[in-house]
Amino acid sequence: MQLNNYVGFFRIILTLIVAMCLRIAPWPGEMSAFNPDWVLLVLVYWSLTLPDRVGIFHAWTFGLLTDVLTGRLLGQYALAYSLVIYICLKLHKQLRQFPFLQQGLFVFFCLLLSQLLLFFIKNLQHPAQLHASFWLPVFTGTLAWPLVYGVLRFVGLSQRIK
Amino acid sequence: MVAVIASVVLLATEYSSSKLIPLRATLSFFVDPLKYFVDLPTVLVDQAADSVSSYRTLKMENERLREEQLIHQTRLLKFEALEKENIRLRALLENSFKLGEQVLVAELLSVNMAPYEHIVVVNKGTRFGVHPQQPVLDANGVVGQVFRALPFTSEIMLITDPNHAIPVQVNRNGLLTIAVGGGQLNRLVLPFLPSNADIRPGDLLITSGLGGTFPQGYPVAVVDEFTSQPNKAFATITATPKALLDRNRELMIVWSKSTPVPLISKPTANEAETQTDAVK
Repeated sequence: MQLNNYVGFFRIILTLIVAMCLRIAPWPGEMSAFNPDWVLLVLVYWSLTLPDRVGIFHAWTFGLLTDVLTGRLLGQYALAYSLVIYICLKLHKQLRQFPFLQQGLFVFFCLLLSQLLLFFIKNLQHPAQLHASFWLPVFTGTLAWPLVYGVLRFVGLSQRIK
Repeated sequence: MVAVIASVVLLATEYSSSKLIPLRATLSFFVDPLKYFVDLPTVLVDQAADSVSSYRTLKMENERLREEQLIHQTRLLKFEALEKENIRLRALLENSFKLGEQVLVAELLSVNMAPYEHIVVVNKGTRFGVHPQQPVLDANGVVGQVFRALPFTSEIMLITDPNHAIPVQVNRNGLLTIAVGGGQLNRLVLPFLPSNADIRPGDLLITSGLGGTFPQGYPVAVVDEFTSQPNKAFATITATPKALLDRNRELMIVWSKSTPVPLISKPTANEAETQTDAVK
């Protein structure tokens, strides 16, 4: 049981690390604007399925690491991720009963909230005019949700992470 | 909601001071390997392409490079004489002259930080003495400046980033102005020139050396459009960067010597210095 716990823990960390790699993976040309926020998607999945294993601490830590990874002001992804995961943890019982489409809608709002927070912090730094493509990851992220869901479900089931 | 408070505190401290640089450097130890890992496929493809290219192509490339080197060397022969002449002329004007720059070749990591910002990552960091605000060049012109230096990588802001501005000078007549990034990889904007400014399409813009970040005299961009509207005070001018911002993998990070070269008193020391720099 103890060993299984550790294995499960490493599985979760590993999926998050893969998500971070995807986050900075180069996309051809101007396509990079479509790259969704993989780290948040993975965090949302784990916090909905294993709320007692993945909590705000994970969200905050990986948010901070994402800040360093993408060269943002320290703490902005940490703030966005921990708020989103807080909502996920509060609502995970209802969300599990929802049909898939409604879950997708919830994920859309999670991504939107995170992006809004980032937008807000960016504007506090210096009011910059952002391209409309700043909001694209929210939509592509929602489209990528079934993929993330499927893959992580496979990862979780194959190991029976409890 | 400890997390929220902690992140807000972090945001506030980093925004207002530079105390968090060590923390960022420490965290980057965990994160920087990921950048190298993501870059790995590109490196492998490059290596594979190198190893399967035929003897003939290699030979042709070698010949071409040899010719190029010959041309450059002949040009350099004259350059040295011109440099000395320039120092002498400056001495007549009682002006100090800065020269002698060291470069470090850094390779681009193909990672993508934020799509709406023109920031790239290279594989040299504070371990090699890179520090923020160093100018970065490639073989054709100015690329940008070091924005943030981490132990193993550093982030470079390109001159085309909307938040970047570089003091430039028209090579033809010495007209000074500022080139601001246009947000596209092939576009700089010169927003501060009046409608009657003496500038035309095809003019070369070089760094003016004002502001102290970029050394003087490196090519930046070529003016490609000049439209002046009579009802506006400023002309709309766009320029194309000389550096191949989206194609080059090798960049050069420049250290300029802060001490000006003494005028005529010690010519031998000068010679030695330029010699070593040429070798580097």
